[in-house]
Amino acid sequence: MNKTKKKMLGIPYFAWSAIFIVVPLCMVFYYGLTDAGGAFTLENILSIASPEHSKALWLALLLSLAATVICLLLAYPLAMILNGKKKNQHSFIVLIFILPMWMNFLLRTLAWQTLLEKTGVINSILSFWGLPSLNIINTPYAIILGMVYNFLPFMVLPIYNALSKIDPDVIHAARDLGADSVQVFLRITLPLTLPGIISGITMVFIPALTTFVISNLLGGSKILLIGNVVEQEFTQAANWHLGSGLSIVLMLFILVNMVISAVFDREGEGSVL
Amino acid sequence: MNKILIDLQHINKSFDGQLVLEDLNLYIRENEFLTLLGPSGCGKTTTLRILGGFETPDQGCVIFDGKDITKMPPNKRQLNTVFQKYALFTHMSIAENIAFGLKIKNKSKDYIKDKIRYALKLVNLEGYENRSPDSLSGGQQQRIAIARAIVNEPKVLLLDEPLGALDLKLRQDMQYELIRLKNELGITSIYVTHDQEEALTMSDTIVVMNQGYIQQIGSPEKIYNEPENAFVADFIGDSNIFNAIMVEDKLVEILGTRFPCVDTGFGRNKPVDAVIRPEDVILSSPEKGRLEGVVTHLIFKGVHYEMEVTAAGFEWLVHSTSMFPVGTRVGIHVDPYNIQIMNKPASEDEEAVKIDE
Repeated sequence: MNKTKKKMLGIPYFAWSAIFIVVPLCMVFYYGLTDAGGAFTLENILSIASPEHSKALWLALLLSLAATVICLLLAYPLAMILNGKKKNQHSFIVLIFILPMWMNFLLRTLAWQTLLEKTGVINSILSFWGLPSLNIINTPYAIILGMVYNFLPFMVLPIYNALSKIDPDVIHAARDLGADSVQVFLRITLPLTLPGIISGITMVFIPALTTFVISNLLGGSKILLIGNVVEQEFTQAANWHLGSGLSIVLMLFILVNMVISAVFDREGEGSVL
Repeated sequence: MNKILIDLQHINKSFDGQLVLEDLNLYIRENEFLTLLGPSGCGKTTTLRILGGFETPDQGCVIFDGKDITKMPPNKRQLNTVFQKYALFTHMSIAENIAFGLKIKNKSKDYIKDKIRYALKLVNLEGYENRSPDSLSGGQQQRIAIARAIVNEPKVLLLDEPLGALDLKLRQDMQYELIRLKNELGITSIYVTHDQEEALTMSDTIVVMNQGYIQQIGSPEKIYNEPENAFVADFIGDSNIFNAIMVEDKLVEILGTRFPCVDTGFGRNKPVDAVIRPEDVILSSPEKGRLEGVVTHLIFKGVHYEMEVTAAGFEWLVHSTSMFPVGTRVGIHVDPYNIQIMNKPASEDEEAVKIDE
């Protein structure tokens, strides 16, 4: 197959990207930088500084950061355990981990709502045993829980991937040169899995930062994250200009995260999905 | 004789019920360059890993400098390993790789700097401090791995097929490099390889292993010239191995023909293995030889011709500087001292039984 023919194969994809990615992106920028009359303005973007919007942004940053940290703390040991298992055992554990991802995202989050409700499954069990009830539904904690639950696999897989690429003899060599287990972890394992960690952070932090479904379902209507504000501007207030402006601000945060991850992951080692 | 530095006593090891080493006993003297030689799966790497502390024997103990170190973790052992695939730390520079062990031991910055310079000079890679391991060729990476090990001044250097991943020319260059290092440093080394040429070139002592058993321990000359059994003879160099009968002292019957030899003490009419190296088979005109045969193959090898001669139903491998064209009728003669007589491995069945268990 010659070069031109090969390039032809790419046309459907380029067309798709142009219509459904580039055009909408341009529209977001157009709306974000104009007012209702179509004149250029920075007001939409600067409105992030308003108390209401900046509070939603900070809360979103805080919660997604918390969720990312928890994911990392849960995922790293898990990935290490997975990596230590033999091939036939670990594929089973990986399956268990990926299994929930085959179910609809909304459905899974709704299930947590049912579980966490004041008269939900968890509280019924707790009260049956005479234990104090757990009232975290409609609080930021429930949102963090939802984020961790939904995005944990995206943290485990790149870290596991990076870990499995380390030659066992490299670890042996470090031990052989006098390093104890802690030194091996800090000086060898951790630096070598950094690309995976960064990749995992990106894949958890970005969707967590922009989510509005998890906060809607588990946070009640009282807790507004920046994702909820943007959603409401589009769907309820019908103010596309403000919604787009805030989206651009959000994009900046994502861009920063992407740049950091690109710097650390030049070889694409951490990418898995 | 130097003192014994490492003593392996009654080592047993199995993986998933598969016996890898059985009752292995071996000692290594100070400043000795000892090679564990054998085909893959013979247990040589497992032996090395037990020494390094990466495997624990199921039974038996490892005595190092008079102390039992069987259960000691690798980081506490006074030995360093050079791995087959280099195992360099790819996220560090060459200098950081070499400094790794010294930094762990909290050596001073000046000391480390001197050591790095010294080690790089030793392996002929001066000026490579700030390069990354990925930018080096396989041979260079292995030299860095050696430098990284020796800066720690280990009492013993373990080398796990360090030249296995290199191409032929590089392997030969590195052999000379290793011999030079061995002479310069005089460090006790244990070398694992399946390459008999490497073993013969570099070692003071060769330990030939097969299926978890030591077949023979000895100097390269002894292993080559006086193999103790057919396996060793076959594994080290080329050889003609015959089922023979020891008629009486100094007389052996090979392929129905009696040959005078120099071995005694095997008894009368005892079945034995006889080994004749291809370079010890002397070809002449048919009437002059003890056996008559026909040349069936001829290859020019540079230093010598390699020929196959069919005589008495056996394909004799012959190395000779004189050429006999294919189809020539030749006589075969062997000098008595070039025939090696070995007991049949009475253990062949025994060994098989032991391994099946």
